[in-house]
Amino acid sequence: MPGVTYLRPRDVADAVRLYGEQLACRPIAGGTDIMVMLHAGVLQPAPSALLDLWHLGELKGIRRVNGGEALEIGAAEPYTGIIRSALVREHLPALVAAAQTIGAAQIQNRGTLGGNLANASPAGDTLPVLLAYDAMAVTDRRTIPVGEFFTGYRKTALGAGELIVAVRFPLDGRTVRFRKVGTRAAQAISKVVLAVSRAPARIAVGSVAEVPLRARGAEAALARGDVGGAVAAVAADIRPIDDVRSTAAYRRAVAQNVLRDLLDASPRR
Amino acid sequence: MRDSAATATVGRSVPRREGADKVTGRARYTDDLVVPGAWYGKTIRSTVARGTLRSITLDPAFDWSRVVVVTADDIAPGENVVQLIRDDQPALARVGGEIRHHAEPILLLAAPDKATLEEAALRVRIAYAPLEPVLELERATETYSTIEVVKGDVDAAFRAADLIVERTFRVGLQEQLYIEPQGAIAQPNDRGGITVIGSLQCPYYVHRALKRALALNDEQAVVIQAETGGGFGGKEEYPSVVAIHAALLARKAGRPVRLIYDRHEDLAATTKRHPGVITHRTGVRRDGTLLAQDVEIVLDGGAYCTLTPVVLSRAAIHAAGPYACPNVRIRARAVATHTPPNGAFRGFGAPQSLFAAELMVEHVAERLGKPSLDLRRKWMLRVGDSTATGQVLTESVSAELVLDAALKAAPPIRPSAHPSVRRGRGLSLVFHGSGFTGSGEKKLSGKVAVACTKSGAFTILTASTEIGQGTKTIFSQIAADALGVPLDQVTVGAQDTSLVPDSGPTVASRTAMIVGGLIHDAATALRARLEREPPPLRVERTYVQPDTVHWDDETYRGDAYPVYGWACTIADVDVDTATGEVRVTDVVTAVDCGKAIHPVMAEGQIEGGALQAVGWATIEEIKMKDGRYLNDRLATYLIPTALDAPRLKTILVENPYSGGPFGAKGIGELPMDGPAPAIIAAIHDATGAWLDEVPATPEKVLTACASS
Amino acid sequence: MRFVLNGRSVSVAAPGSRRLLDLLREDLGFTGTKEGCGEGECGACSVLIDGQVVNSCLVAAGQVEGCDVVTIEGLAPPGGTLSPLQQAFIERGAAQCGICTPGMLLAAHALLRDNPRPSAAEVRVGLAGNLCRCTGYTKIIEAVLACRA
Repeated sequence: MPGVTYLRPRDVADAVRLYGEQLACRPIAGGTDIMVMLHAGVLQPAPSALLDLWHLGELKGIRRVNGGEALEIGAAEPYTGIIRSALVREHLPALVAAAQTIGAAQIQNRGTLGGNLANASPAGDTLPVLLAYDAMAVTDRRTIPVGEFFTGYRKTALGAGELIVAVRFPLDGRTVRFRKVGTRAAQAISKVVLAVSRAPARIAVGSVAEVPLRARGAEAALARGDVGGAVAAVAADIRPIDDVRSTAAYRRAVAQNVLRDLLDASPRR
Repeated sequence: MRDSAATATVGRSVPRREGADKVTGRARYTDDLVVPGAWYGKTIRSTVARGTLRSITLDPAFDWSRVVVVTADDIAPGENVVQLIRDDQPALARVGGEIRHHAEPILLLAAPDKATLEEAALRVRIAYAPLEPVLELERATETYSTIEVVKGDVDAAFRAADLIVERTFRVGLQEQLYIEPQGAIAQPNDRGGITVIGSLQCPYYVHRALKRALALNDEQAVVIQAETGGGFGGKEEYPSVVAIHAALLARKAGRPVRLIYDRHEDLAATTKRHPGVITHRTGVRRDGTLLAQDVEIVLDGGAYCTLTPVVLSRAAIHAAGPYACPNVRIRARAVATHTPPNGAFRGFGAPQSLFAAELMVEHVAERLGKPSLDLRRKWMLRVGDSTATGQVLTESVSAELVLDAALKAAPPIRPSAHPSVRRGRGLSLVFHGSGFTGSGEKKLSGKVAVACTKSGAFTILTASTEIGQGTKTIFSQIAADALGVPLDQVTVGAQDTSLVPDSGPTVASRTAMIVGGLIHDAATALRARLEREPPPLRVERTYVQPDTVHWDDETYRGDAYPVYGWACTIADVDVDTATGEVRVTDVVTAVDCGKAIHPVMAEGQIEGGALQAVGWATIEEIKMKDGRYLNDRLATYLIPTALDAPRLKTILVENPYSGGPFGAKGIGELPMDGPAPAIIAAIHDATGAWLDEVPATPEKVLTACASS
Repeated sequence: MRFVLNGRSVSVAAPGSRRLLDLLREDLGFTGTKEGCGEGECGACSVLIDGQVVNSCLVAAGQVEGCDVVTIEGLAPPGGTLSPLQQAFIERGAAQCGICTPGMLLAAHALLRDNPRPSAAEVRVGLAGNLCRCTGYTKIIEAVLACRA
């Protein structure tokens, strides 16, 4: 792209320094969102440079941390790595399920959790799963609970020059179930996407508001053991719209149907 | 059957002639061609659906010396028209004239590099005086054409009927979605004209359009087809627009210009399948005897005529389905709206009207309490029956053959694995006329030549194009067998209008039967001459309509097509009642194309066409706002991926046609006609809910299930 | 940037933010990789980077520094013959218009390398990122299955 330079930091510290010096640059990992927008000329504001994080080893990898109490996934670890990881398959199977619904092989080989978070699309497929697992966004300077990460339509709590370095998941044995209702079987943006945990009660829904959100009313009913109440309440928790992909009425009805299915499938604790 | 030499290759699936180039990346499509000194071109388009074009202003602060600008004023001495049927579509809108659709071309830019081009595009200001657009077919006030097909006396027949069923169906827009977007490269040539190389199906359509818009003679205009990445009708007439634009830029710039569309522009601006509304009334006796069919068709042609009257024609002629009915009335009209013009897409009106015809069989059966299969067997056309246009079918009629073949091949119905998912099966029976309608082939007067060089190598000279369907291969097979020589002694010359005769367009399921037939004749004659004379020799053949084909353009009666292809489709679906999602899991198609010159390629046509129809029936939706398509990126215009695609099983049934080379009929469009009604019937079988439209999106299916 | 392309070291000066697709097609003349959409939806621009199939329209040129890139031109074994996969594509009718074929072959190649004996369902998953409009995918899947170990 004319006028957009390319910055290749040596390590994360270098990346943070460069980002701080050139606030108009845009971090890029796998590029599956950024490169589309860059080519279409719709990035606002237009970036002065791309800050390439893809090659930084510190941002890759999957490991247990905090004495085994948590699992950390590097912000630039591609979905393919997440899907194949024995650790993730054992402890966070809903994340594997979500990653497998993203794009197809080409996108899974480059797409990342860091990208999904930073892009902050309300349709981001992993985001309800991150909410349901009570994940944390680990940045170069602090930790942000994912529940506090999305502040508005495509807006995040990240400060100027702040980089996501990892996503951390508490390993507390909760079971999360996931379902995405996409526009087709692969390479699909979701019409509705849900991640649900019974204990603790978490009902996270995407594509039904300007942010991925937790359905608080439905969660309260679920926490009381009232599954029917949760299914009824979720309709009021969400604020879907009509758009090119679907309708508000459809999203509302399907969110309820899918929630019912996911709760019926979940073991009671 | 045409008398033929030893059939050494016809009927065998020989390797595709240009296959090695395609699997190694050596094949050169339009944008792969390196043209030294070429500039890049771009089309600036209307952002309103309707209005008067008030002014075009080029920002004076921009350095326009590095940019070539072409407006309607630059077209003279050529005519500002895209030549097709009616001279209603300008190549470029003119100031003071009317814009009739969103994305209508207004001016053209060319620059030495893409960055300058993009910058220049941002520096053009266009002012409109908006006018109220007509965006819905129901509100249209302008008609492009009307057709009436009448047989017997429907009104009397309805009076005698025990049961009359009426239903209205809607069919939606569809984008051809060739994976290679439209594009052309134009350059001034040494004949004082312009040579255009492009992604196209019909070199001579483009040739005629160039001559008119640039005031060139036959020799000055040169059109060459590059390797083309899919067409499906989308590159039948639209490439004339691209070529004229590229040529205008090249002429003004005095250098080559590349005009290559990106996907977004292609989706937003190029032709789509005609959407429409079809109302069917069928009258029957209690025992299921078919007495009368009364069909009304309204198709939306969009803002300019393009090929709409011909699409309407095919829709009308197929509207009664593959059935023998003594009393038929079909009234069809095509109307104008202020939406981008619609055009050719595989099937060309027949998928739309056959959708309605086939579902009517299901509805009549349901009302009568009889299996729809029984009605089809009772009603289907057989040798000696007459069609809606009064054509008596004398040979190669295979409705029953394909029906039995499909039923035999259909896998056993497997139960659903999930409580909220219901499985269902649906069937459809269709036919599709091969070749141009009525006197169309006579008017086209297609020509081919087969030549032999001194060294004994044979070349086929034809404007018929390879667009993936296997033209080069089957033509070589036909010629080689007729000549009695090995396949590798035969090549197909380039599709270059300065080198090959006009064989007619590569459309209308005519390539194997009509043009292949001419090649067979030419090769047979050449073989005979070679026995008496030494090479080099060249034999030409021009199409002559058989005197058994009688068609009356005025009354719209007679032999609409020389012969028909037949297909039976069985579709299995899974419907998720929690989400309305429809997954088509299996499609079995039995097809009679007379003779499969190349069985693997014939199957390829069936499988590819079937999946396009599956897409049209399920996920290929186009929503519009203010006359603009909302689905204008590949992320939002959805075609089936390998995961969406059903298992496709194909059975080739061969019921030869005496007028086709080795018995061959057409096959290109037929596969598009059957799946959509079969899928809707399958959804009903699964859920008890009837939909009356395609695409059957999850939103519509969920609503239909809820209310049934 | 310096990287390995189809087995040979290349060094090319270009803006790091340029799409790898454009670098390959325009700067290096490897036109086998196609642009079908520019959005990462169609897979016609697929290449292999360090053995992984990716959409080259989504890769910034600077990102291939030090990487091993393979395009369709590098798929056939040296010497002019065709790989079994390429041969199967021709024989089984898996290529019609051919525009999706380069990307499809690279995705199939990567799939078979990671999973030498895939089921038909696994082949569909592996090729789900490559749109084809001509074939209905049936013969593509057959060709890939015919090349199982």
